[in-house]
Amino acid sequence: MGNFAQKIDKFIEIFVSQNGYVRVLEGLKNTLYIAILGLVIGILIGTLIATVRVIPKYKVLPRILNGFCSFYVGLFRGTPIVVQLLVVYYVMLPLMGVRMSGVQVSVLVFGLNSAAYISEIMRSGILSVDHGQMEAGRAVGLSFGTTMMKIVIPQAVKNILPTLGNEFIALIKETSVVSFVGAADLYVAFNYIGSNSYEFMVPYLVMAIIYILIVLLISLGIKIMERSLRKSDRRH
Amino acid sequence: MIDVINLEKHFEDNKVLRGINVTIDRGDIVVVIGPSGSGKSTFLRCLNCMEDPTGGQIIFNGVDIADMKVDINVHRRHMGMVFQHFNLFNNKTVVQNIMLAPVHIRCQELKKVKRKNAWLKFANLFKGKDKKKELIPVSVTKAQIKQEARENAMSLLKRIGLEEKADVYPSTLSGGQKQRVAIVRSLAMNPDVILFDEPTSALDPEMVGEVLDLMKALAKEGMTMIIVTHEMGFAREVANKVLFIDEGQILESAPPKEFFENPKNPRLKEFLSKVLA
Repeated sequence: MGNFAQKIDKFIEIFVSQNGYVRVLEGLKNTLYIAILGLVIGILIGTLIATVRVIPKYKVLPRILNGFCSFYVGLFRGTPIVVQLLVVYYVMLPLMGVRMSGVQVSVLVFGLNSAAYISEIMRSGILSVDHGQMEAGRAVGLSFGTTMMKIVIPQAVKNILPTLGNEFIALIKETSVVSFVGAADLYVAFNYIGSNSYEFMVPYLVMAIIYILIVLLISLGIKIMERSLRKSDRRH
Repeated sequence: MIDVINLEKHFEDNKVLRGINVTIDRGDIVVVIGPSGSGKSTFLRCLNCMEDPTGGQIIFNGVDIADMKVDINVHRRHMGMVFQHFNLFNNKTVVQNIMLAPVHIRCQELKKVKRKNAWLKFANLFKGKDKKKELIPVSVTKAQIKQEARENAMSLLKRIGLEEKADVYPSTLSGGQKQRVAIVRSLAMNPDVILFDEPTSALDPEMVGEVLDLMKALAKEGMTMIIVTHEMGFAREVANKVLFIDEGQILESAPPKEFFENPKNPRLKEFLSKVLA
């Protein structure tokens, strides 16, 4: 085990005295930034898509929108996230002549990608709310959109919160591939420490622990949120 | 007030309503009865276009609301509806349930006026001094609208004796209480007519009375009501017109006394002999 203690010493040396912690903090910031912003974008677009997909389809416009949304969901669920990152960064942006940093591209792609998954989660949430709620809203003269926003979606979110939490956790973990487009996340930081010390065992172990801590923290947060949202139910 | 002309409703090949004609005047209390699957609930739900009619017209206050081009939301505000399963908004407290629609609708109108005023102001910049248009006067604020709606809601709750339940969620109420709140919720819109879709069918027997009493009180105040129900005693006591629907058609329409004591249609005779036995 003397060997292991030596490795830890080496890690601490680089982590503290060679400013490794700055890179780790930067990486942590980027990881959380991409995941949280991605989740927010995902929830906004995902809710919109889910709403479009439950609109009654008598008329032409909802049908076209629905077709478009199905295509979108199929596209983003049907390709790996790494491929999406690479295609956006190396194909789409140059073609459009837009310059974006790796982090910005990651936020965009993770947002669009999670929107596809969240739209399906949200759709099942909306379908889980009793249809009578929508009817009651319409019966007092509220529009479809207003009833959706004020009555149905709040109840749907309550039902899907655990699943949404899972999606956030998955998102945090998936961000470990953003180094493909040059965004400096946790992996990049620990990889830097490892290659400077020619020693990868401890850095990657610490990285794993940080990921676990983040995920545990999020699970706790979701539990607390769930409890406060359940106050309109009798079950506590 | 409501003229139903040749109303038809098909679900795929299933013709649920086959040409219904009926006129409902202000202050009428119409009870609709019929065997299950006869289309009586569908008829009621077509009246406020909860189900879009396949054919025919529904003239409500002079407008054909069966026409898809009409903004149905505006007309539904004058037509309350009470459901079999109450359908209170689960994520809102009792008083919020009652306030929600009136507050939202008035705030929306306020927003519209403000937007119009902003546009007028902008347009006035480019007009000569004598040509400037006057702004639309705005007399209320959002807070006032909420305050008024809350007061109105509280007085309605007081009427049904549930003021102390104002800030609880519907899941803690009994069925009878829920249904009374649902009735009051539709009253908060000051509707011209209230549609009742089997309002007591999902209730425990001991709670039926409190809901029927509230409905009787409304009837006495002259509220126009259209009620689908299986409560024959209520129909006989309160209605001034009873409709018998079977296989999507009105087979008999008469005042309750004649309807129950001297039915003419053979199918109605058979139905009554079963339910009144």
